[in-house]
Amino acid sequence: MANTEASFVRTEMVAPQEPPLSERGVVKWVRENLFSGPLNTILTVLALVSLFYLVKLSLPWWLHGVWKANSLGECRQIIADAYGPDATGACWAMIRERWHQFIFGFYPPEMYWRPILSFGLLFVALAPALFFGDRRNNLVILAGVALFLLLSLWALDNDLLHIALIMMMMAGFVALVLIAPRKLLWFTLIYPALAQFLLWGGSVWGPVLTMLGLAVLAVVYVVLQPRFGVVMASAMGFVAACVWWLALQSSVSTALYTLMPIGLEALDSDQFGGFLLAFVIGVSSISAALPIGILLALGRRSDMLLIKTLSVTIIEFVRGVPLITMLFTASLLLQYFLPPRTNFDLILRVVILVTVFSAAYIAEVIRGGLAALPRGQFEAADALGLDYWQAQRLITMPQALKISIPGIVTTFIGLFKDTTLVTFVGLAEPLRGITSIVRADIDWKGIYWEPYIFVGAIFFLCCFSISRYSMYLEHKLKTDHR
Amino acid sequence: MSEAIARKVDTSHMKISDEVAIQITGMNKWYGAFHVLRDINMTVLKGERIVICGPSGSGKSTLIRCVNRLEEHQQGQIVVDGTELTSDLKNIDKVRSEVGMVFQHFNLFPHLTILENCTLAPIWVRKVPKKEAEETAMHFLSKVKIPEQAHKYPGQLSGGQQQRVAIARSLCMKPRIMLFDEPTSALDPEMIKEVLDTMIQLAEEGMTMICVTHEMGFAQAVANRVIFMDQGQIVEQNAPKEFFNNPQSDRTKLFLSQILGH
Repeated sequence: MANTEASFVRTEMVAPQEPPLSERGVVKWVRENLFSGPLNTILTVLALVSLFYLVKLSLPWWLHGVWKANSLGECRQIIADAYGPDATGACWAMIRERWHQFIFGFYPPEMYWRPILSFGLLFVALAPALFFGDRRNNLVILAGVALFLLLSLWALDNDLLHIALIMMMMAGFVALVLIAPRKLLWFTLIYPALAQFLLWGGSVWGPVLTMLGLAVLAVVYVVLQPRFGVVMASAMGFVAACVWWLALQSSVSTALYTLMPIGLEALDSDQFGGFLLAFVIGVSSISAALPIGILLALGRRSDMLLIKTLSVTIIEFVRGVPLITMLFTASLLLQYFLPPRTNFDLILRVVILVTVFSAAYIAEVIRGGLAALPRGQFEAADALGLDYWQAQRLITMPQALKISIPGIVTTFIGLFKDTTLVTFVGLAEPLRGITSIVRADIDWKGIYWEPYIFVGAIFFLCCFSISRYSMYLEHKLKTDHR
Repeated sequence: MSEAIARKVDTSHMKISDEVAIQITGMNKWYGAFHVLRDINMTVLKGERIVICGPSGSGKSTLIRCVNRLEEHQQGQIVVDGTELTSDLKNIDKVRSEVGMVFQHFNLFPHLTILENCTLAPIWVRKVPKKEAEETAMHFLSKVKIPEQAHKYPGQLSGGQQQRVAIARSLCMKPRIMLFDEPTSALDPEMIKEVLDTMIQLAEEGMTMICVTHEMGFAQAVANRVIFMDQGQIVEQNAPKEFFNNPQSDRTKLFLSQILGH
């Protein structure tokens, strides 16, 4: 018996069959995830019941929403008339009437094209940095921006000539991307000055000369770098640029303005508010915090005692102090330390402090990424004869930043939401600042859920997009195939 | 003993010049209070193929890592190709660009393709134009017999292939001296052979090589000198034939009996 079983020859191959019904599709998923045991079944039922009551309670509120009314009272009247005296309902009419304050604060309505244009161009500037030389993604972004600008400027009754000019500029960007996608990075470089000019207005020469200061830095660096090395050359370049910015720029700018008075109507920082303010602070701080954070992280790992001590002090001090303390410092104390009659813009002060604040967090996140790299990577870079900065730029940073993407993005999302804290120094951020202004109006007194839901939804949209982008980036940079 | 090297290598044509490639005199090194390298004196001539062996912890890796200053020595002198290694960063980078190094764990850059791994240093250190660097890289990748993998990432290659890429990466810098730090210790037996074949090929072309390795077959076939280290010092050095057949010190005899005994 045993002997006959030991030898066996298959004469007919078994064809593959479909798995049994309980092992595929929806049935399998439901069995495995919802009803895999008594405890799981009970939990599923409980969850379904509570979900049902939640929807039952809140659904009428959403469904009874009123979009056309002039006050909260009118809203309630309409709801009561339509659904009975006890019915609840959302009063979206407030958003319809006040949305521009949530978006632009007190920016003069006839100049809305300026923030809208800066917002559109922001994505043109970001595209080459976010998608490198990827032509298709860059074109998709450009098309989206063009459409957004066209529709929003048209809806705001802008001059057709202006719209045409802006569309021609967008066509220029598209042509540039088609010819040389990487050249778009030059626009990224000048975007900060352009956005500052568009948003605050004033003489065109201010931002132009500020950019010239960066050119001074670059020239000094290139001339001195072979003799003094990277650190000394950049320090001297920075000093030279500071001399330019602080001592020479304003007089040269005034002189140029008298010769060629080109500019836009100047606006004050008081007129900024809502998401315009959140974006100005968020975007400038995020883009400045990353490079500063990288330098702090490298500084903390440095062998040079002075640089190491300095980096550790900054990081530990900033992480040890609440952001609100630093914001108060920005609005009150900084003014005492500056020379009398210096007009140091409040938004600029807040941006600087928020930048330093998040740079410290970023530094620690990146230090974690650096620590995760095997020592062999540093040794291989050294053994090939790469100098310190080459090794950091080409070998360690690309890998460390890739590892740190989740941490960096978390920090950035946190920073963006923390821009709402500037309400404590009297800036009209969207959540509390604008909402309380709206509620101060007798028409909208007592409206609670709607503004918070509106602001929360926009914040969620932004943060979720950032998060999705980071997933894309992680996937794109995954080359180790482990 | 590994039998990965089956073929006889004809070493007669491998010329050793009388020019000095590396000169180490009275070198000492400490890790904290631990004296890792003690009074090392060693001269390497151009074209020499030296194998350094010894028990683990004997300081053999540390010694070759001192040659391109991955480790700093505290006493004595190391002169590589006429340049003394001091704390002067310019000298260090100069020596490192002249001396190639192959590591036990390959240390390829995982975020770059094979080709980019090979062209990175020539482009940034030697300032070679990208096109020329790519041609050189393809030449050396063909030489280590993996030109078809040029556009893959290191993670997609086998260990032996990765180590051959690491050798090609070093060769792209056109080094005068190659250091091998246990290049086959992390590899499967099958892959050891392909890496050793590449190293033999290099030796045949007259490269000055210092290899830390446990491959005694390789030492017998290729080396013109074998150095045995123990407790941070050079205990014995000799031509491979003498070294293996007629070891002098008791420590060497014990070591050889242990690694050749099974």
